[in-house]
Amino acid sequence: MVKKMIISSENEEFMRKIIELSGEIVTMCDQCGTCSGGCPMVGEMDITPSQLMRLAQLGVSDVLDSRTIWVCASCFTCTVRCPRGLDVSKVAEAMRQIILRQAIDRIDIRAIPKEELEKLPQIAMVSACRKFTS
Amino acid sequence: MSDAKDFAFTLTGLRIPYFPGCTLKTTAQNFESSAVAAARALGIELVELPRWNCCGTVFSLAADDLIHHVASIRNLIRVQEMNRQGLVDGENRMVTLCSMCYNTMKRANLRVRQNAEDIKKINDLMYREEDYQGNVRVIHFLELLREIGMGKVKRAVKKDLAGLKVAPYYGCMILRPKEASIDDPEAPTVLGEVLRALGTDVVVTPYNKVCCGSYQTVHDKDAVAGLAYDILGHARKSGAEAIATTCPLCAFNLDNRQKEVAEKHPDFEHMPVFYITQLMALAFGVDQGVLRFDQNYVDPVPLLKKHSLLDK
Repeated sequence: MVKKMIISSENEEFMRKIIELSGEIVTMCDQCGTCSGGCPMVGEMDITPSQLMRLAQLGVSDVLDSRTIWVCASCFTCTVRCPRGLDVSKVAEAMRQIILRQAIDRIDIRAIPKEELEKLPQIAMVSACRKFTS
Repeated sequence: MSDAKDFAFTLTGLRIPYFPGCTLKTTAQNFESSAVAAARALGIELVELPRWNCCGTVFSLAADDLIHHVASIRNLIRVQEMNRQGLVDGENRMVTLCSMCYNTMKRANLRVRQNAEDIKKINDLMYREEDYQGNVRVIHFLELLREIGMGKVKRAVKKDLAGLKVAPYYGCMILRPKEASIDDPEAPTVLGEVLRALGTDVVVTPYNKVCCGSYQTVHDKDAVAGLAYDILGHARKSGAEAIATTCPLCAFNLDNRQKEVAEKHPDFEHMPVFYITQLMALAFGVDQGVLRFDQNYVDPVPLLKKHSLLDK
């Protein structure tokens, strides 16, 4: 028996936005869980990478409130392991971009104590600003 | 490579465009100074790009984001110019030491090379620069070592590092994704090959390619300290006395964050974190002033003294 799931046009629009920004056809995800199994940051996440992919498929924009999209460190472990050739890191990036492009920053550099800032190498500061600020 | 060609290398030296990146000029000067000296001992002259700029540190993953690739591509125009001016030896290549610079520029380059429209748009954005032709190849220093051969690395060793137990740590940016990988992303060996050529006992741990937490270190020290504890702890359990890496951010997270690791885990034993080039310079017997251990957080001197590897 073929089961058909119908999602609302609003959800579909969100799903298409994710596909457009990430370049990844999220509907191809089989939910095998390989990404979640290998993710080094999964212990810090509220939803697993495969749950993130599922929400992207269903176009559930609540996924933007998840901690997961910010905890992803773009280490590309899932990218090299996905049996469907999908790049979850690009999907997480698309979700971050939707927020950052509304000029909503994830971190406030000014809130970091000066003595901390002085210790941090440029490579950390520049990449964090690129990933977490608009 | 044949010995005859090897010999020619030593006589003339290979001059190759070299991109340092921001961190090698500040908190990782020990990486640059040791690498320049170690390369010279191998007949490689790392010629710094004139007027280089920050690569952007992370490759922009969003499909519609071209503007963030401009910084990377602008550096490749410098390489084009260097080749034309005869400042370097042909082949249109650029080498980086920093793993993140490597990944960012390698991928930006691949993206524009595969997409004529992208390269045109990026060239249009840089109206005061000559056009990037798409012919430069971005390589990592470890690839250059592999190319000249581990035999040559071994022959440059004046004082082998026998007895020193070192765990290679690859991190992410020289292994993943596949398009940017310099080795097998799941079972890398290149750092181990270099360490073996230097005479060290190579300790392979399953955590050698697990992410250190990267830029999360800016706002979530605890998560990074947790990963560092796992990575260093597994290296220690496997018998390693030190770690060797090529990424200044991995080095910061594994070395400097040991302060936070030790605060959380009273039983934690500190472990020195080397840049692979520091161990190369040490083994090649160059002036030890280039080692700059003052920039390492965990002092490697006691360990090296234990193995009688320091001049003074």
